[in-house]
Amino acid sequence: MENLFGLAIAFVAIFSGLMVVLHRNPMVNLVSLIINLASAAIFFLLLGGQFIAAIQVIVYAGAIMVLFVFVIMLLNLRRELDPPKGGRIQKILYLPAALALAAGLVYAALGPRIALPAPPPPGPDFGSVERVGELLFTDHLFAFEFVSLLLVVAMVGAVVLAKRRLD
Amino acid sequence: MSGVWIEAGVKVAVLMGLLLTGAAYLTWVERKVSGFIQARIGPNRVGPLGLLQPLADGLKGFFKEDITPKYAYRPLFLLAPALAFVPSLAVFAVIPFGDRLPILGRVISLRVADPNIGILFVFALASMQVYGVAFAGWSSNNKYALMGGLRASAQMISYELAMGFSVVGVLMITGSLRLSEIVFHQQGLFHWNLFIQPIGFVIFLVAGFAEANRLPFDLPEAETELVAGYHTEYSSMKFAMFPLSEYFHMMAISALTVILFFGGWQVPGLRAAGLAPLAVSILELAAMGLKMGFFLFLFIWVRWTLPRFRYDHLMTMGWKILLPLSLVNVFWSGIGILMGWF
Amino acid sequence: MEGYAAVLIFVIVGFAFAFGTFFISWVVHPHNPNPTKLSPYECGIEATTQPRDRYSIRYYLIAVLFVIFEVETIFLFPWAVKYQQLGLFGFVEMTVFIGILVVGYIYCWKKGALEWV
Repeated sequence: MENLFGLAIAFVAIFSGLMVVLHRNPMVNLVSLIINLASAAIFFLLLGGQFIAAIQVIVYAGAIMVLFVFVIMLLNLRRELDPPKGGRIQKILYLPAALALAAGLVYAALGPRIALPAPPPPGPDFGSVERVGELLFTDHLFAFEFVSLLLVVAMVGAVVLAKRRLD
Repeated sequence: MSGVWIEAGVKVAVLMGLLLTGAAYLTWVERKVSGFIQARIGPNRVGPLGLLQPLADGLKGFFKEDITPKYAYRPLFLLAPALAFVPSLAVFAVIPFGDRLPILGRVISLRVADPNIGILFVFALASMQVYGVAFAGWSSNNKYALMGGLRASAQMISYELAMGFSVVGVLMITGSLRLSEIVFHQQGLFHWNLFIQPIGFVIFLVAGFAEANRLPFDLPEAETELVAGYHTEYSSMKFAMFPLSEYFHMMAISALTVILFFGGWQVPGLRAAGLAPLAVSILELAAMGLKMGFFLFLFIWVRWTLPRFRYDHLMTMGWKILLPLSLVNVFWSGIGILMGWF
Repeated sequence: MEGYAAVLIFVIVGFAFAFGTFFISWVVHPHNPNPTKLSPYECGIEATTQPRDRYSIRYYLIAVLFVIFEVETIFLFPWAVKYQQLGLFGFVEMTVFIGILVVGYIYCWKKGALEWV
């Protein structure tokens, strides 16, 4: 049952992913991206990562996509709806780049496997907020504290970039 | 397996029915209370006391011509009202309305789902709420709608932050995100989080008003400036989805306020009174309903008491007052728990 | 899965309800479009400019700051749940974390990024 449902969501994810790249209208790309990110949240949920699933929705499908929505809402779309005029470099490079990516994917799917140690079986509280909190604030303390620095840098960067327009 | 699905299906059906009727009659209550506050009568023509008015309004919605403006982007124009509606409905899947109802030889848990991430699930849905409004504003291809949608989304995200921070104090005291555990932690009147987290409560309620786009924060649809905001171009049932989701939103905010700060369905001393379990369950459900009813009344009361904010004041309040205040509240709760005050 | 199945039913029923009502109303309501009805609403005047124009950069700025603070909230939730076990250690940890972010917040405030004029 869960596997079948997961498979259905996988198709949703692939289809929405394709729509992100292939559709002409930026707003449709955006909606597809939101659907894509939300289906990733469902994958996390199926794997037992409830907390990560919630974060995936709140931060990615929620917060970051709102930023994208703002940008696209305020674009003047008439120009963007015209067929794209790629530069000369894109015209030369797109085929080899696409082929290289495809070859890499095929190799990853069919090629030799890296032997990873089997993960320990998940405990009953796997993926719960309590467990994540426990690990985050003990074992991964430094990573956690550095995140705050990273966020401040992002904040300052945003203000500096916008500041030119604000004045 | 199938038993679980049937029980879930029945619960969803009952809850859907209750919510839709509740939202319909909330419009009636709102108009009656507004009438009372403004010394007029309110709806009184359709049925006794105007009680059939919501039904008439609903039917009218179906029979009105549905106009899609020529330059609107149709797929999104159709999707947006549904996107506004569904998250506001799905929130109720995790809201506990009571503990257990022993009925027909079975014990039925009075909540549809009670996940470990409880309150985060609510916030996740709240963050999806923005899209219905934003897409409605964008796809209409109308200046007022676009401005309204933009304002609404900026307002919602600003107050979402304050709302998120305001509940952290409660979570620190409870040690769980599960909504039912938050309720069980508040046994006895003076253990209600209202008395332990008064600042958190005020911030949560104010942010809740802003999230639901209710007066004094209904700037996205400030009719004097923006006609009707993001739903200017909507008509018929597509339009009806927006007020419907607003009423669901009000109910959800009321329910969450009760759960987080007012002891949920619990009545101090009721469990000790020695009544039959069924009577206790029913009384507790009624208590939950009454507490929610008070906040729904508050929504209407405030609407006719406070004037609308100015947009810059609204943003200033969100970012410069509520956000720092809620951080101070987290800090204060941290000290309080360390010192053993709570 | 702790009742997520029920949540799924809720979402599906919600979409079905929304599109079902749209469909029923499409069947029963009159269809009499005319050019005036279909034109964008502009308080009775004909629209002269495109609605999608450039808007204040403040909206972008608010959105960026929102993303940053939202990430901060996300870190606060597991911390709050574990706070009573972490004790003083947890308190110091979070004070450092929020302290650094408050510096950024004050910077934004001083630079006028939170002004809305």
